[in-house]
Amino acid sequence: MLELKNISYKINDKVILNDINLTINERDFIVITGPNGSGKSTLLKIIMGLVKPTSGKVILDGCDITDKLIYERANMGITFTFQTPVNFKGLTVRDLLCISRSYYYDDYVGRELLKKVGLCAQEYLNREVNNNLSGGELKRIEIATALAKQGKYLLFDEPEAGIDLWSFEDLTKIFKDIKKDKKHGLVVISHQERLFDIADKVIVFDGGVIKEIGNKNKIKKYLNESKCKKCMRDENE
Amino acid sequence: MNKEDNDILFNILNEEIDSNSIHNIRKNGEVISKHSTDEVNIVTKKDKPGIELNVKKGSKGEYVQIPVLLTTEGFNDTVYNDYNIQDDVLITIVAGCAIHNDCEITSMHSGIHTFNIGKNCKVKYIEKHYGCGQIDSNKVINTDTFINLGENSTLEIETIQISGVDKSIRKTNAVLENNSALDISEKLMTASNDEVISTYNINLKGENCKANLISRSIAKNNSFQDFISEMVGNNKCFGHIECDAIIMDNAKVSSTPKIIANSVESELTHEAAIGKINKDQLLKLQTLGLTKEEAEMEIIKGFMN
Repeated sequence: MLELKNISYKINDKVILNDINLTINERDFIVITGPNGSGKSTLLKIIMGLVKPTSGKVILDGCDITDKLIYERANMGITFTFQTPVNFKGLTVRDLLCISRSYYYDDYVGRELLKKVGLCAQEYLNREVNNNLSGGELKRIEIATALAKQGKYLLFDEPEAGIDLWSFEDLTKIFKDIKKDKKHGLVVISHQERLFDIADKVIVFDGGVIKEIGNKNKIKKYLNESKCKKCMRDENE
Repeated sequence: MNKEDNDILFNILNEEIDSNSIHNIRKNGEVISKHSTDEVNIVTKKDKPGIELNVKKGSKGEYVQIPVLLTTEGFNDTVYNDYNIQDDVLITIVAGCAIHNDCEITSMHSGIHTFNIGKNCKVKYIEKHYGCGQIDSNKVINTDTFINLGENSTLEIETIQISGVDKSIRKTNAVLENNSALDISEKLMTASNDEVISTYNINLKGENCKANLISRSIAKNNSFQDFISEMVGNNKCFGHIECDAIIMDNAKVSSTPKIIANSVESELTHEAAIGKINKDQLLKLQTLGLTKEEAEMEIIKGFMN
């Protein structure tokens, strides 16, 4: 179980997150949504250790990990994917998968992982993870490295950012498959209704606090009222 | 050669030399082992130190190793090597210099290399420089390379200097004839108080010739690197220079790519970047379970591969 207890985060006097309490069970599929600047990404970064909270605790399976370093959390079962995947000059897809598997890796594993994210291993294992790859390809590779880590909790920061509609269809399928595997707890920041449909819970963030938790229907009214323009635009499309 | 020599040479060759393979081993100014064939004749020069490597017309698939080893402390060795490659040749040449020096007097190797490559050839030249010993700042390797690349020929150069050479001035000059292609990959890593100056002057003389110069380097500690390249388009041609450097600690790096077009048909481009290790790269690898130090090592390893 992953618990956030009274998490607050301020920059100077500006409150980014205000007293967040949240429990995520091992096989939960949670989607976090809300307007830009509402604190969603910061929350995920706090769980991963990329940002230190001003106050509050992060508890993983009863263990306080608030002061643990990023790599320690990664090796304890928390995996994070970046909104904008990072480019590497010289490191290949194989290298990243190998690192993610703590070097217990062979190409059979690599092939299976890339298949899961809809990429052909023969074409991609030797490719450098650089800007010659498209946004959709980088995003799939980012997800493959996350799956390779075999963490208990996978945190995705706007996986749809920077990819086209067709790639997003595939991405939705990837999340459905992860959910079906029942091996990971999933926390996904998204504005996409198609992900709300398959989530166990949708959490609406606004102004650094949780405004609503529920299924798609329960939060729909709030979304309209809260003027989350991006959500509304996506919905209308 | 004793076991220690073999071990040092292994750092530049990545393999042991078979006595029946085509080779020339120079140790402390003397040729200690040599083997030629009808296709590739290695001649020791009489007027000055060095060799002539003469490759017969039409020779295909030969593999030649010509390492230099310096183990006498304070030794100063200059060699003049000429590579005379006739038309229609396909060949790989592995060269390089390894210095072992434990004393305070400087050991120095200067290699003056001239490539005369005929028409329709495909040549790969791999050159590695390596230094080892207890004391810093006493191992110097300088190179002066002249390339005449014939029509329809390609020359691929892989030049690597990643450990233990304290000072180095590397100069490469090339003239490219019609339809020829030069592909250079340079990898440098400096640490401690090392200094490297690497200069290139590439004359794109022939019609439809191409040159691609990629330099990747890492400068650590108090080391200094200066990369100066000039590519001149004198015909319908294509040229590209790319130099990327990662800078760490108190190191200093200078990069000056220069392109000159003397023909309206010349297409020349350059990219240069110097920066510290990208913070997001470090964070990404930490989220995959590596410590910051391990992440740094992986990034450097990938960058230099």
